[in-house]
Amino acid sequence: MKHFIADTLHLLLRHIRATLRLPIWIAVSLVQPVIWLTLFGQLFGRVADLPGFGGGSYIAFLTPGVVAMTALFGSAWSGIGIVEDINNGVMDRLLATPVHRGALIAARVLHAALTVAIQTVIVLALGIALGSGLPGGALGFVAVLLPAVLIAAGFSALSNGVALLTRREETLIAVINFFGMPLTFLSASFMSRDLMPGWMQVLSMGNPVNWAVVAAREAMLGRDWTSVWFNSALLAGFTLAACILATLAFRGYRRAG
Amino acid sequence: MDEIVVENLSKTFAGGVTAVDGLSFSVARGEVFGLLGPNGAGKSTTVRILATLTQPTGGRASVASHDVAADPARVRSRLGYIAQASGVDRWATGHENLTLQAQLQRVSPALVGARVRALLDRVSLSEAAPRLVNTYSGGMKRRLDIAMGLVHEPSVLFLDEPTTGLDPETRRALWDDLARLRAERGLTVLLTTHYLEEADQLCDRIAIVDRGRVVATGTPSDLKTGIGGDIVTLELAAAQPYAAATLRALDGVTEVNGEGAKLTLRVADGAHMLPVAISALAQSGISVRTASASRPSLDDVYLHHTGHRFDSTDVAHRAAR
Repeated sequence: MKHFIADTLHLLLRHIRATLRLPIWIAVSLVQPVIWLTLFGQLFGRVADLPGFGGGSYIAFLTPGVVAMTALFGSAWSGIGIVEDINNGVMDRLLATPVHRGALIAARVLHAALTVAIQTVIVLALGIALGSGLPGGALGFVAVLLPAVLIAAGFSALSNGVALLTRREETLIAVINFFGMPLTFLSASFMSRDLMPGWMQVLSMGNPVNWAVVAAREAMLGRDWTSVWFNSALLAGFTLAACILATLAFRGYRRAG
Repeated sequence: MDEIVVENLSKTFAGGVTAVDGLSFSVARGEVFGLLGPNGAGKSTTVRILATLTQPTGGRASVASHDVAADPARVRSRLGYIAQASGVDRWATGHENLTLQAQLQRVSPALVGARVRALLDRVSLSEAAPRLVNTYSGGMKRRLDIAMGLVHEPSVLFLDEPTTGLDPETRRALWDDLARLRAERGLTVLLTTHYLEEADQLCDRIAIVDRGRVVATGTPSDLKTGIGGDIVTLELAAAQPYAAATLRALDGVTEVNGEGAKLTLRVADGAHMLPVAISALAQSGISVRTASASRPSLDDVYLHHTGHRFDSTDVAHRAAR
């Protein structure tokens, strides 16, 4: 355990340094959420007037959805770093040391979570600037970070696992494209759950992205704290399972040679 | 006690490609042992199995008395692995790379700073240490690789094609470095190469690998001697009909060819035979103008054991990694 923590911190420092040397990356990854917030916010603004939507401002509704989306897409690319390490021989060099295999995953997961935490703060600030308001207050603001960070950690772990097993950028991109959009649209990111067709409502219950959207929204609105904790607990379980699966992927990596 | 033992090792990849096919050899402590063979012969896969990076599908291997399959953690703490593809992080500085490697190799935190500084100095990278590795030349990257393989003072060092892609000058400098390291630390070194000259220069013993198997093992000179001795070439001051008969009578000369003043001898050991032949001729009143001994090359050895020339070997056998 001592080694696991030390290894994780040493490796995390490597990833943080790399990001700090290229901070433009964080800005570039914010282009998409900005487009969602401004264009979608404008385009679908009147959706909030639909009967059954629940009223309130659409931008206040949309902002936590965009937080979850940013977290999902920001972290799903985490595995690209592993593919790069494999291609550059860095992975083999690391694996020939006694380094804790779990630490190789944990460092990347923590790095993705940290990056997403920063992005979340920026998206929230942007939402507020566009008029979402902050009914949940400072506590709500901070509590939005919890589901955002958890979903980022979970999907970055899955991404790392897929990267280890497939070792190819193309495959990883295909997987992200295949799952990313459906997961987003099978959640309450853009549309109130009550207005979804029945089958979508059912599917969304098992969708981690939806858990994150609901938790973030309830926290931001300062409405249903039980829902915030419950959905965050589900996310924590999902994240832990994803990390364990990703660590197990090293066995497949070693067997394939 | 042998530091590396490989017995009947095999590796067949999921796609059905057999990269290693019943390979065996052993390396004594402090020895520099070379696996010589063309690309695709199974050298890299063998080293990757020994470095615990991939699992064998048959046979067994141990490093520093620990089985690579049963006890990979112990093996990892004893070995330094310098891969064919440089394993340095291009977007970190040389100093950061080496420090991280020391930390992950569990070098005591109190020692890391001093160890890193000493090694950077040792591979002449102190000045470049604060720069991103992306700005380094190929030779500098290779030197950093070597420092990273040594940072935890391993007892066994694996070098997979250490000089591939380096210019001749850098290659020679690296050879000198390796020779010095070995003299200083008494490391056991396993290196793979497809350069005949490199195997000849660096290795105490070599195993010639062909299609995943070892076809011959020995010191470079034993291997060359084993295929039928050396060539001695003599040029006499004047043609002398008795010269050939005189030489043929000597112990260790198997064949004398030539006409006129120029004679070619096949002998067991050229260095030994050269003065013997000259003095035997002198006793018969024949003077020699020039004399030289040459040895069969490793290329001849390779041809002898595999039936094909080293350079022409088909690379279709090449494994996925």
